[in-house]
Amino acid sequence: MFGWLTQTAALAALNLRSLPRRPGTAAVAMSGIAALTGVFAGVLSMATGFEKTMSGSGQENVALVLRSGATAELNSRFSGEQADIVRYAPGIARDVDGDPEVSAELFWVVNALSKSSGAEANVALRGIQPPGYGLRNNYRLAEGRPFTPGRFELIAGRGARNQFAGLEPGRTIRFGKTEWLVTGVFEDGGSVFESELWCDVNVLQSAYQLGNGYQAVRARLDGADGRARLEEALAGEQRLSVDVWSEREFYAEQAEDTATLIRLIGIPISVLMAIGAVFAALNAMHASIVARARELATLRALGFGSFPTALAALLESVTLAFLGGVLGCAVAWLALNGFQASTLGASFSQVVFNFAVTPDLLAQGITAALVVGLVGGAFPAARAATARVTVALREL
Amino acid sequence: MAEQLIRLTDVGKNYRKGREAVRVLDGINLGIDKGDFVGLMGPSGSGKTTLLNLLGGLDKPSQGTIEVDGKVVSALSQGALAKWRSGNIGFVFQFYNLLPVLSAARNVALPLLLTSLPASRRKQHVNTALRLVGLAERASHYPRELSGGQEQRVAIARAIVSDPPILLCDEPTGDLDRSTADEIMALLQQLNRDYGKTIVMVTHDPRAASYAHRVLHLDKGELGAAQQ
Repeated sequence: MFGWLTQTAALAALNLRSLPRRPGTAAVAMSGIAALTGVFAGVLSMATGFEKTMSGSGQENVALVLRSGATAELNSRFSGEQADIVRYAPGIARDVDGDPEVSAELFWVVNALSKSSGAEANVALRGIQPPGYGLRNNYRLAEGRPFTPGRFELIAGRGARNQFAGLEPGRTIRFGKTEWLVTGVFEDGGSVFESELWCDVNVLQSAYQLGNGYQAVRARLDGADGRARLEEALAGEQRLSVDVWSEREFYAEQAEDTATLIRLIGIPISVLMAIGAVFAALNAMHASIVARARELATLRALGFGSFPTALAALLESVTLAFLGGVLGCAVAWLALNGFQASTLGASFSQVVFNFAVTPDLLAQGITAALVVGLVGGAFPAARAATARVTVALREL
Repeated sequence: MAEQLIRLTDVGKNYRKGREAVRVLDGINLGIDKGDFVGLMGPSGSGKTTLLNLLGGLDKPSQGTIEVDGKVVSALSQGALAKWRSGNIGFVFQFYNLLPVLSAARNVALPLLLTSLPASRRKQHVNTALRLVGLAERASHYPRELSGGQEQRVAIARAIVSDPPILLCDEPTGDLDRSTADEIMALLQQLNRDYGKTIVMVTHDPRAASYAHRVLHLDKGELGAAQQ
């Protein structure tokens, strides 16, 4: 074993030393693989970033109560009385004053101008009640001041403020017939809420003549069995028919469809590029083996075995693939990691998220590159090992 | 009486060319003594290089046996042949076949990578071989920095560095001018005379052949009478 290992190491070192003599073919193979891993990591970083934003939203101990069968806040509806039934149901935590930690909310879609495209895009305008701030654990006012209840004022999430025009504190923005004053900017740990605009729910009701209606009730659960108690109580309630989600579960499900869609588009593109990259690697390695046919035959005449010769050729291919993979990942990471974009979420409003080129994705990208290197190098390696020495020695 | 090192018995070699079998060598019976210096001559296509390849274990005969130092090498597997070559045969090619990315010293060291010698001993062997061919001061030069004659000397150093008993030379002066060819032949003669190397050399050049102890003629795959 020592013999063929040392032979392989020596031959692989020779192969790599000869790479600078073949910069063109090596560059073609590397750039094909770099493009593959770049696109692979780039597209998947979009899906990962979107999922990260969505799964970072919502907490396990906050219940989201929606009308039965509603898959998004947008198609849920409650009257004020029904919201109150939820508010005072068992299983909900109380604050220091003994009031339920509940925010009955409205989720309205308004139009704002996208800064990047200049086109109108749907943005969520959420009406909340005062406990609503506390139900978002990472909420923090980053600029300006909170909106004043009873006034046409709003605060913008950090993501919305970055992506859409006219949301700087102090400016007014018109949605429909109403002018709103932007009083501040908030953050919420990069969650989906940062894509929203928040205002007083009663003001939103009056702005759009929604009466005393709500779409969702958020409530902090009281202890580990809070959700079960709440579900049991609401199930037995004749005046309303609802589903009780944990907030975390709800957003994870919302993320799934969009992330799956991104992957459905991204993976076939990556597979096509992988096929192209395999041929680029195969071509480069084949050219390398043909160009060095006499050298390889000489080495085999000196006593180097055919198996180490094949293995060394394969190592060369895998090394090229690895370098291409690192290059592609580096470009994807430098160009895309943290890049902010927005897409239409399940609630028909834009969700702002950051592309996330995670270590996992980089590892997957490098693995894909190595597989391409192995597949592309296999045939030329076999050729290097099986070429007839007596014939190859005479090639010029 | 000299000890016989190489023995070929009824050796034949066929190649297939499409559906047709082409007979390249036929009924070769030959004995080569230890320390002999044999020239192989003949017209192009007469089977000289094929015979050399069979002797060197680069190819296997279609019939007959080849014994070297009592071992039937024609029966060895490809893997075993590769190992046997590394310990017993030094090749010298017409176009030197040096690796352009390696310095002279590293080219010479290649066969030693197949041994278990430590790096320091390998270096000693390389220096000795390069000194013997008169190129010690060119150890760090790359093939492109050497003349044809110097390249062939490096190739000879590579052939002898692991001290194999047999040197097989395929037109070693075929790419060199007359005076350089003479220098190379003198070197091979020295290796034969002073170091006991058994040499089999294919050549077209009668002047080069004149350095051999005897010259064998191949014609249409058959061995003619030897000239001393």
